[in-house]
This record gives sequence, structure tokens and C-alpha cells, in this order.
Amino acid sequence: MSDTAARRGPAPGAPGGAPGGQRPMGRPGGGPGMMMGMSGPAEKPKDAKKTIGFLMTYFAPRRGKLTIVVVFAVLSTIFTIVGPKLMGHVTTKLYDGLISKYMAYFLHKPVPSMDFNYIGGTLLLLVGFYLLSTLFSYIQQYTMAGVSQGMVYDMRKDVNDKLARLPLKYFDSKTHGEIMSRVTNDIDNISTTLQQSLTQLITSVCTIVGVLVMMVTISPWLTLIALVTLPAALFATMNVTKLSQKSFGAQQKELGALNGHVEEMYTGHVIVKAFGREGESVRVFKDINARLFDAAWKAQFISGVIMPMMNFINNVGYVVICVVGGIMAARKALKLGDIQAFIQYSRQFTQPIAQTANIANVLQSTLASAERVMEVLEETEEIPEKADATTIEAPRGHVEFRHVRFGYKEDAILMQDMNIKVEPGQTIAIVGPTGAGKTTLVNLLMRFYEISGGTILVDGVDTREMRRGELRTLFGMVLQDTWLFNGSIRENIAYGREGATEVDIVAAAKAAHADHFIRALPEGYDTVLNEEASNISQGEKQLLTIARAILSDPAILILDEATSSVDTRTEVYIQKAMKELMRNRTSFVIAHRLSTIRDAESILVMKDGSIIEMGRHVELLAKGGFYADLYNSQFTGAYVDEQGV
Amino acid sequence: MLRLFRYLKPYAIPVAAVMAVVFFQCMSDLYLPTLMSDVVNKGITNGDIPFILQTGGLMLLVALGGSVCAVIASYLSSHSAMGMGALLRDDIFTHVSDFSLHEFDKIGTPSLVTRTTNDVTQVQMVVLLMMRMMVSAPIMMIGGIIMAVSKDPGLSWVIVAVIPLLTAVIVTVAVKGFPLFRAIQKKIDKINLVLREGLTGIRVIRAFNRVDDEKRRFEDANLDLMTVSIQVNRLFAVLIPIMMFVMNFTTIAIIWFGSKRVDRGTSNVGNMMAFLQYAMQILFSLLMASFMFIMLPRAQASAIRINEVLDTVPEITDPEEPRRPDEAKKGYVEFRNVSFSYHGAEVPALMDVSFSAKPGEVTAIIGSTGSGKSTLISLIPRFYDVDSGSILIDGVDVRDMAQDELRSRIGLVPQRAVLFSGSVEGNIGYGCDGACRDDVAEAAETAQATEFISEMKDGYDSEISQGGTNVSGGQKQRLSIARALVRKPEIYLFDDSFSALDFKTDARLRAALRVKIGDATVLIVGQRVATVMDADRIIVLDEGKIAGMGTHRELYRDCQVYKEIVASQLSEEEIA
Repeated sequence: MSDTAARRGPAPGAPGGAPGGQRPMGRPGGGPGMMMGMSGPAEKPKDAKKTIGFLMTYFAPRRGKLTIVVVFAVLSTIFTIVGPKLMGHVTTKLYDGLISKYMAYFLHKPVPSMDFNYIGGTLLLLVGFYLLSTLFSYIQQYTMAGVSQGMVYDMRKDVNDKLARLPLKYFDSKTHGEIMSRVTNDIDNISTTLQQSLTQLITSVCTIVGVLVMMVTISPWLTLIALVTLPAALFATMNVTKLSQKSFGAQQKELGALNGHVEEMYTGHVIVKAFGREGESVRVFKDINARLFDAAWKAQFISGVIMPMMNFINNVGYVVICVVGGIMAARKALKLGDIQAFIQYSRQFTQPIAQTANIANVLQSTLASAERVMEVLEETEEIPEKADATTIEAPRGHVEFRHVRFGYKEDAILMQDMNIKVEPGQTIAIVGPTGAGKTTLVNLLMRFYEISGGTILVDGVDTREMRRGELRTLFGMVLQDTWLFNGSIRENIAYGREGATEVDIVAAAKAAHADHFIRALPEGYDTVLNEEASNISQGEKQLLTIARAILSDPAILILDEATSSVDTRTEVYIQKAMKELMRNRTSFVIAHRLSTIRDAESILVMKDGSIIEMGRHVELLAKGGFYADLYNSQFTGAYVDEQGV
Repeated sequence: MLRLFRYLKPYAIPVAAVMAVVFFQCMSDLYLPTLMSDVVNKGITNGDIPFILQTGGLMLLVALGGSVCAVIASYLSSHSAMGMGALLRDDIFTHVSDFSLHEFDKIGTPSLVTRTTNDVTQVQMVVLLMMRMMVSAPIMMIGGIIMAVSKDPGLSWVIVAVIPLLTAVIVTVAVKGFPLFRAIQKKIDKINLVLREGLTGIRVIRAFNRVDDEKRRFEDANLDLMTVSIQVNRLFAVLIPIMMFVMNFTTIAIIWFGSKRVDRGTSNVGNMMAFLQYAMQILFSLLMASFMFIMLPRAQASAIRINEVLDTVPEITDPEEPRRPDEAKKGYVEFRNVSFSYHGAEVPALMDVSFSAKPGEVTAIIGSTGSGKSTLISLIPRFYDVDSGSILIDGVDVRDMAQDELRSRIGLVPQRAVLFSGSVEGNIGYGCDGACRDDVAEAAETAQATEFISEMKDGYDSEISQGGTNVSGGQKQRLSIARALVRKPEIYLFDDSFSALDFKTDARLRAALRVKIGDATVLIVGQRVATVMDADRIIVLDEGKIAGMGTHRELYRDCQVYKEIVASQLSEEEIA
């Protein structure tokens, strides 16, 4: 349901369907309005003051332009507001001229000619006013486009820069969707409000004040009458709006339930079919659908009533003004043109009031959005890097963990006291059941997370003494989630090292046994991987990441052997490539293959975050502990055990 | 779009009523200015206060009538538009429920979801707007023109001159604006893409120390978006004030030329004022109508997508007279020269596959990715129909059986463990309607799920979130196995269903399964040799063909493909 879209106009960042705040002339009778969709319940910011302060930091550098926007919005409104009054003068002149003509005719005096000089002059003045108003309105909107888009540009940039400085811990606690929604939806929301609602608010308030002034100058009595209908209009809209927000909330809820069910049933259709539950699923759907229908028509009905209601209240005011004004005019207490002008003003009155009420909601939800953006920007960043950071000139690949203590959360310590010493060139196999902390070890090595005690040393240097980027270039990673991006194969491999040449890239691909399959692709190295990189196989992806690691030529390697979804032929290539890569480098391998494990200089057996056994394959087997258990169940096969074959 | 209107049929009477009511509402709107001009011409000019009061009363009545009509129209139109949407949704969902996997593949699951939800919403909103606006805009326009002309035919040319001018502005907005809107959407997609890649690849980016490059990529996308957004907004900054000016200028023109006519005595002031209002009504209806035309293409696109779904005929349907297999035969699976290819594929996924499995036997299927293992499994519950050959379950061709009947004999554990939102018990109990707690508990026990279930906050009543995101991969697989177990089927299909389990759990689970389902027919798809090597029969698939069939020993002796697979996974001593 695009209730936001209906509220915000056709596309984010674009001025909505309804032309700005100014309306020309009266809007007689009024057709169905454009606020058809109406908004759902508005969210509220938790700390509005602080959030406004936050937004101000973005307004501040654009103070000058914003002043232009405000000034021209006000000017443009003023020039529009004068219109009806001047037209009223014309009408009066016309009417008076007509009367005197009749009088002269009846009294057989020479018939005076109509004062077209005055009429023409006034109308010309009016044309001038409208032209000015148009020009000002243009300047205002033109400037605002730059201001608002520039602001959200800055905001997006700030958030993205901030994300780069946040520790991985932050990303663990938030889903990607959540973070994305802040950078896109929330900022879009702010952008639309800035572009539309803010200037609308200015013009609306201006119009209200201006119209009120004009009305009073025409006739205080009529103004009083017009103002009496105002509370009625306000009261009615506010109540109905509240009601409609409630029913939109209900509709939104059912719609959510329906979407959820559809998504679940469609994505799980294999199961639904296999278990013969189609009937049940249709029954549930029909239930939710019926409830949705009920909520939806009510919501649409109530929102559809707002316009006629406003119209009726408007029309009552209109009729009363016509009648009272008519009587006053008949008694010569008011000029005809003034009635005409007054009617037009009273028509212009309710529109901005309704708009302001709506904008209040919009502003609220915008503030809520801004607050969410602000929250991101306020997150604690990574520990800043030392100014006099140590660099390792010729890395050899010596790694040491000394009494390392770590937990993803302060109150749940995973590693109590970890000690490892790895000599350059050694291969360390890490084994253990899922969730034992194998990836944690990797995370700490790369300093993706900060340890809470002890030290990690690379070539004798505390990793905290180094720049993160510097430290990480020492490592090469081939991980299970073989991350490739939407770009050509060449770019993906070249990611391993800045400024890599074509020759380097091809050499790396060859070393990774990837050159052959790449050349077999229709576009070769220029093949662009699509968003899910689904145009090459899982195994081929892994070969690319190996090529990337080869290109980066790291001192220390981190490999994840998981090959569950790779076919056997590619698997052979991957093994070969990995072997090649591991030669003469310190390697940490999250091992799944027996051969790797057996050939490793040291096996770290992890369980529940700590290393429970450490040593070579034969030693560990002889020990008959956890590793021996693991080994037997994994590599000899369960059935064999069972049957005692 | 038009085709979807058949869903409005049950609402024919309300829809007709909406039109009638909207007509009256327009009439009342059109009548008001005329009454006002009467007030001016007869009341004010003659100082006839009773006439003014009387006309005022009439105006109130007319206004009230108009509003009542509008409320009725709102009630009827929302009822019928939303009702139509509900009917349409029901139909789509029911229809999609009959789809076979082939249709799901063809349209794509996410797309089907959007078509059932967003697209329908889109259509029903436009139907609603159409009922409220499409009807009223032409009436107001034509009515406005008639009234305006009747008030002062001599002034009509002003309107005739303005309409094309305004239309030109609107057309410019549409022609220039739409490509820009589309461009904006593209730029937003681009930003989302960069951002998502930055999030999913955050470890890699940081590991390769490429944070600054990513920043630059984002910067480029961000700058692009800003540039286009500013362009759009500046376009509107020109066009909207111009539109306003055209309208304002029209009023001035009417007053100028009107005054001349009044002076000449060809018209009067009241008529001129009424004319002014009618002119505005006409221009506003024009605006309304043009907004409709902006909305229509979007709804049209949705309608086309919906019709595509409704027009898709499910490939797999129940036979008219389904056969029931012999009660005495339970758990017999036979493939007879089965060949199968996916639609649009150049090479068949399975070619001439024949084998048979009996109760109490374990048949394992192994082969590289894309060799057709999962395809073979999915043919048994008739998710797809074979191209040639036949598959017999308990002696009956699967195409001659009712799908329900067939599938009730099968316990499937798919490659990707799918759970539904609801309790743990509900998920396991999904396997058989109203399975009692004991069965669920037993199945969970066998699937090695009891331990983690009891650790959950509410045990068997713990809620599983949509997509099972609050349980781990291994836990999902175990629940999905328990779900199949609870059905106590004749035939078990395990499609690589143990991959997320750690070896100890894996071992315990297999041991338990041996005991519990020893007398059923079991088909297992596996990747690891260790998981298949002790099956009664191993089928080695290679590019859709059977490359070998037999026990581990036989195959290792005779089958080259099998040997390669083994060599890649086990060391010499284990093979021996």
C-alpha cells in the first residue's frame, strides 16, 4: 500500500502532485481533493528538540540560501494574496459604472463612459503582481531544490562515512535492511519534506495571515462569520483524521499480515505442496483477505469523507457570506467587488489550514526519520588509530596470541585466556563444531573486534599499535561468503591490490586455475557479475576470491575450506589453487578436509570459544579426546559405526 | 486493465450508483455559482433581501445534497474498489496455489509475491480514484463548459484559448518529468546496491583495506542522485509557477473582457462572476483528469502483470479419475527410462534414468553440482512432470494418482530448510494435520532437536519468526527433518539435508534415523562420500545420466566418476 506515496507525491524528492501552497482564485464547490490517500498514523520522535538541533547543523551552512527561500516564499504569497482584492476593486468599479450608467440613462443625463482606464490599469497591475509572484515562486523553488538535495546529499555522505568508521559489532546487532532503510528511506523522507512541506508550511502560514488581514480590511463582520466556520472545520478534520489514521493503521496491520502470509507460502511452496497443505494455506489467506477488505474499505471511506465534509463546511461558510454579504451590499454597506473578493479569500482560507494540519503530521514523521539517522551518526566508533603507528616493513608472518580475552558482549566472555604461537610459514588448522569460535579467531586476528584483555602480536608488534588498514593488508582472506561485487571479473580480482596491472591479474587468475573458465565466458575478463553473482558457479566464485588473494600477496592467509556446494571437479582445482597459495605463508585454515588437517603443523580444536586441544593430528588422535571423537564421527561415517562394518 | 473489471461485476449496482451519485454531486457543485449570480443579479441589484435569504437557503440545501452525495459515493466506491481488490487477490492466491514448481520458476517467487500484493493494491487504488475522479472530472468539465457558455457565450473563447495552453504545460511536465523520475529510481537503486554490497562485504572491504574506494563508489552514486533530483525539482520549479500563472492570468482575462461586455450590455456582473468560477472549475477538472492519466500507466503495468499470473495454466493437474495404489504395496519407487528437461533448457537435466527402490532400502544419489540430483528427487512428489518414461510409486504412475494421495506417502526434507512463522510444535506438526504432541516430541527426539527445543524459552510453544531467522541453520534442518518424520511416510526424500549439522549431531541423527525409519524407503542426496558410502545402493549422476549404480565397493572398482569424487574427498587409507 502506497499510503506514503499517496502522501508524498509520485517519486521521492519530487514535488508532489498538488501544486504548492498558493491557489489561484476561489475553488468553487471543489472537486475531490488530492489528499485522497491520507497518511497512516504518524510516528513520533523520542527527543524532538535534540533532533531539530541535529537538523540545524545541516541548515546552518545554507543559512543564506534558506533566507532567500523564506523571503521569496513570503513575497510570492503576498503578491498572490493581493489579487482578489484588486479584482474586487475592478468588479466594484464595473458595477458602480454600470449603476451610474443606468442612473444617467434613467435621469436622461449624458451617459458616462465606463472607467476602463482604471480597470485596465488595475488589471495590468494584477498581471504584474502575478508575474512577480510566479518569478518569486520560481526562485524560491529553484533555490530550495539545491538546498534540500544538497542537505540530504551531505546527510547520506555523513552516514556512509560513519558506517565506515563503525566497528563490526554494530553491524552484528543490526540487520542490513535496518541500516539500509536509514540511509535510503529515512533520508528520502527528509528530502521530500524539505523540498515540499517546508516551503508549503511557509506559504500556508503566510496565506493564512495574509488572507486574514485582507478579510479584516474588507469587512470585520464578515471575517467574524468566516472565522466561526473555522473551528468547525478544524474540529471536523482533526477528528476524522484521527479516525482515519486509526483505520489506516488497522489496514496496514492486515496488509502486513497478508504480505507475510503470501511471502511465506510462496517461498515455502515446495513444503506446502509436499505436505499437501494448499487448502489450509488458501483458507488462511481468505481469512486475512476478508479482514483486510474490512479494514481497507473503512479506511478509504473515512478518508474519502474528509473532503466532502470540508467542502460542506466551506460551502456553509460560502453561502452565509454570500447571504450576509448580499444583504450588506443590498443595503449599500458593502461593495459588490468586496463580496467577490471576500468569497475568494474565504475559499483560500481553509485549504492552508488543512494543509498545515497535515504538515504537522509529516514533520513529525520526518523528525522521527531524522532521529534514526542521528542515532546512526551518534554510534560509538572504532577506537581511533595511533598517530605514531608502527609499520612492519618486511612481514614474515609470525603470529602470537598472549592471554587473549574476548567476548562479543561484555557479559558473555567467549575466550578466557587464549595462547597461541605460530611460526612463519606454518599451517594452522582450526577444527570444531559450528559456533565453536572459529570465525572469532579470524575476526580478532584482523582486528575486526577489539579484545578485552591480553595482546595479539604480528611479527612481534602489538596489532593495536598498527593502523587497521596496514594490519589487514598483511592478511589474505578466502572466506566462505565469497564476496564479489557487481563489476567485471577483472575489477573483482584487481580488488586484491591497488594499481594491479593486466599482467598481474591474469597471472593471479592463472595461479588460481581460474583463467581457463574466465576465458570460456562470453566476455572473458570483462564479464560483469550480476547482483547475486549468479552467472558463475559457487566454485568459480571461490576461484576468483583465491585469485584475488594471490594478487594481494599477503604474508598471512586465512582460508575457509567449506566446499559443500562445489562440484568435485572444481573442488580439485580449488584444492590445488589453495595449496599453491599456502606455500611459504603462514596460514590459518578453517579446515574441513582431512588432508589439510593431517598436514597442518598444528591443529587448534575449538569448542565453546576456547581451544580445548592443540597439537598434530597423530598426537591428538592418540590422546583420544574431543578431537578423536570428532575425527571418528566425521571421517569414518555414521552408518559404518552403527553397523560395525 | 479492462479485463480486470470483471472483478467489479458483483459490484455492478454500487458502481452504477456511484456514477449516479457523483453526477448529482457535480450538479450541485455546478449549480452553486449560478445561484450566487442570482443573488448578485436579482438580490443585490434590486436590494431584495427576502430573495437573498431564500436563495441562500436553497444554496445550503444544494450544498448539503452535494456533500451527502459525496459521502455516499465515498462509501460505495471504497466498498466496491476494495471488494474488487479482495476478490482479485483471492483468485490470484487460489490460482497460484495450484501452480507447479515450473510456474513458480517461470514467474519467480518474489515477483509472484509482488503481483499478489502490491500490484493488486495498485489496481484497486486506481479503480477507487477512477470512480471518484474519472467520473466527476468529465462531468465537471462538460457541465462547467455548458454552464459557462450559458452564462456568457461571448466569453467562452477565453477558455478555449487557455485549455490548450494548460494542456501544453501538463504535457511538458509529463514528457520531461517521467524520464527524470525513472532516472531517479535508477540512481536510488544504484545507491542501494552500493550500500548493500558495502554491508554484505564489510569484512572483505576492511580486510583488503579498500574502505576509501567504497566511499568513492558511494560518493559517485550519491552525487548522481543529487544531480538528477535537483534537475527534477528545478523542472517543477519552472512548470508549477507557470501553471499557476496561466490560471491566474485566465481570471484577469475574463474580468477584462467580461467588463467590456458588461459595459456593452451584452452581459452582467453576476454572470461574469459565475463565469469566472465555472472557468476555474473547468481548469481544475482538466488538472484532475491529467493526474488520472499519470496514474493509469502504472496501474496498467500492474494489471498486465496480474493477468499474466491469471493466464498461466498450471502444468500439473490431477487426473480426472485418479487411481489408488494397491494397499499391500508400500514404499516402492521405480524410475523407468525417465528423461526430463527444464523449460527453455538446451540440455536435459535427466536422461534415461532407471532404477527402483524397495522398503527398507537406502538409495543414495551423488554427483557434482548440476548433475541432476535435486531434480531427480523433485520428480518423485511430481513437482515436475517427466518428458518421457515414467515414475511409479507403489506400482502406479505418479501422473495417474491424485497429487494429495501421492504426496501423503512422501516425507520430504528439502535442501533449503523452510520453516513457517508459528510455534515449534506447529512447524513440526505441519507434517500431519493435528499431530498429537507425543508424535511431535518423538519426531523431535529422533531428529536430535529435543535438546535445543527445551533450551528455548517456551519449549515447543516457542515462536519461530518468519523464514526461521531466529534459529540456526542446523536447528532449522533438524526441525525440517522432524516435520517429515512426524508424517510417518512410506518414502523419505532427504535432499542434502544434513549439510548444516556438525559431525557429532550428524552422526547421532543418522543412528537414530536407522532405528526409526529402517523399514521405510529412503532416498538421500549427498555431497560427501562419507554420508553415502554405506547406502544399499549408490546412484552416481553425471550431467543427468546415471554414470554408475551399486555399492560403494562396486562403484569404487568400476566407476570412474565415482572414483574421482572419492579421490577429491577422502584420503587413501579411508577409501580402502
